[in-house]
Amino acid sequence: MRVNASPAGWYHSFRMRLPLLLPFLAMPVAAAVQAEAPTPARQRELVHLVRQDCGSCHGMQLTGGLGVPLTPEALRDKPLEGLEATIHGGRPGTAMPAWKTILGESEIRWIVQQLLMGFPKE
Amino acid sequence: MKALFILVVAFLTACAHPPALRGTGDLGIVIERANGRVAIVDTTARGILARVDGLGDLSHASAVFSRDGRYAYVFGRDGGLTKVDLLLARIDKRVMQAGNSIGGAISQDGRLVVAQNYTPGGIKVFDAVTLELLSEVPTGSKVVGLADLSGQRFGYALFDAGEIWITDLADPRNPRTQKFPAGQQPYDGLVTPNGRHYMAGLFGEDGIALLDTWQPQAGAKKILENYGKGQEKLPVFKMPHLRGWAVAGNRAYLPAIGRHEVLVVDTTTWKEVGRIPVKGQPVFVMARPDGRQVWVNFAFPDNSWVQVIDTPTSQVVKTLQPGKAILHMEFTPRGEEVWLSARDDNTVGIYDTASFARKAALAADSPSGIFFTSRAHRTGF
Repeated sequence: MRVNASPAGWYHSFRMRLPLLLPFLAMPVAAAVQAEAPTPARQRELVHLVRQDCGSCHGMQLTGGLGVPLTPEALRDKPLEGLEATIHGGRPGTAMPAWKTILGESEIRWIVQQLLMGFPKE
Repeated sequence: MKALFILVVAFLTACAHPPALRGTGDLGIVIERANGRVAIVDTTARGILARVDGLGDLSHASAVFSRDGRYAYVFGRDGGLTKVDLLLARIDKRVMQAGNSIGGAISQDGRLVVAQNYTPGGIKVFDAVTLELLSEVPTGSKVVGLADLSGQRFGYALFDAGEIWITDLADPRNPRTQKFPAGQQPYDGLVTPNGRHYMAGLFGEDGIALLDTWQPQAGAKKILENYGKGQEKLPVFKMPHLRGWAVAGNRAYLPAIGRHEVLVVDTTTWKEVGRIPVKGQPVFVMARPDGRQVWVNFAFPDNSWVQVIDTPTSQVVKTLQPGKAILHMEFTPRGEEVWLSARDDNTVGIYDTASFARKAALAADSPSGIFFTSRAHRTGF
């Protein structure tokens, strides 16, 4: 029996190497996020937009209405890319419109990240 | 002894100045959506009389009035139903009746208040005096467009199930319900001012479902079918709202879905007789009580505009920019003024409907719905 072939073994050896990999992984990611993240002023606008205007269907507390709830618990099992795609292109057959004419991709990503963490208050 | 003296003086002083008697016909409420609060307003004085806190999540809220015009029944997003005493400026009764609610209606005789709910989907019937739950009708679907009909009946539509239901509450503890296929995704409904025709606007297809409640056995029929003519829809960033204000004279003015147009229907033939291009996706298309004008506000991102249609010529005669995020409009009982809530300006603007001049502005926190007691005596409000 080769221990390294088992998933647990692979995970174990990956975890052992992770501290070495981390600085190299984290640096470019952090740089990319920093470059793309909306400015603090724009973030405030986005929080207002989500709470007030998305809120007309999803509720100002994002607990749902005509639209589904957008709380972290409700979104927990939804893949990030799917959530971004839904905001970008809407969901045909539902009342969810495409926001691509209003929101840029980095803004959509930021909104999804905030939703998953618990959306900021205004 | 001194304390007693002060108490007696205070008591006598209070007796010497009883609260002035007043009617409620010129009162109303403004929802302050972010604070769970309503402002009690006076349309004659153009002012705010008092504020009442503690109404829960009012991010979507609507209100109906007791027929004596003293109480507002406020339906909140979180399922709260609050009976507000306009004269004493306080909560008279409050119940949490659902998990997620959208609005309500009051019966022809004013004795029953009915809430329409998203979660769990259905309607609930309450005693208007005590807010005791009398009965409920589960729908298994989000309920929209609840409207009071004559004969203690209520019409409403099922967003998910695509049906119109009519519930008879002649015996309020034993509701009797008739169901009619309506079409795809009804988003709201209205009853004509005479209480006869129930209409459900459809989101999932181009058209309106129309039910003659004098002969419901004939079923719902489609009007304005295919008004989009197969063209691709523009995005709808906020769902339009329908009420009996859509009807002016023998015409109904209805928001198109995914088109920047107001659709005009002849209410004798139920045929389209025109469409009026407007600035954005209409949300509220409201006739002034005399029917001479129709005021239109719009969904995000055009929600800083309001347009006024002159009904005899079907022309937009005025385009206003009354503030940021105009969420709602309410006419004074006979329509000489209109109140507009500007959510992002924290202002309610009061406009003369003849000159379009701004007469006053009231400070309000994130104002949304404006509801005047004159609704108490109108079917479908």
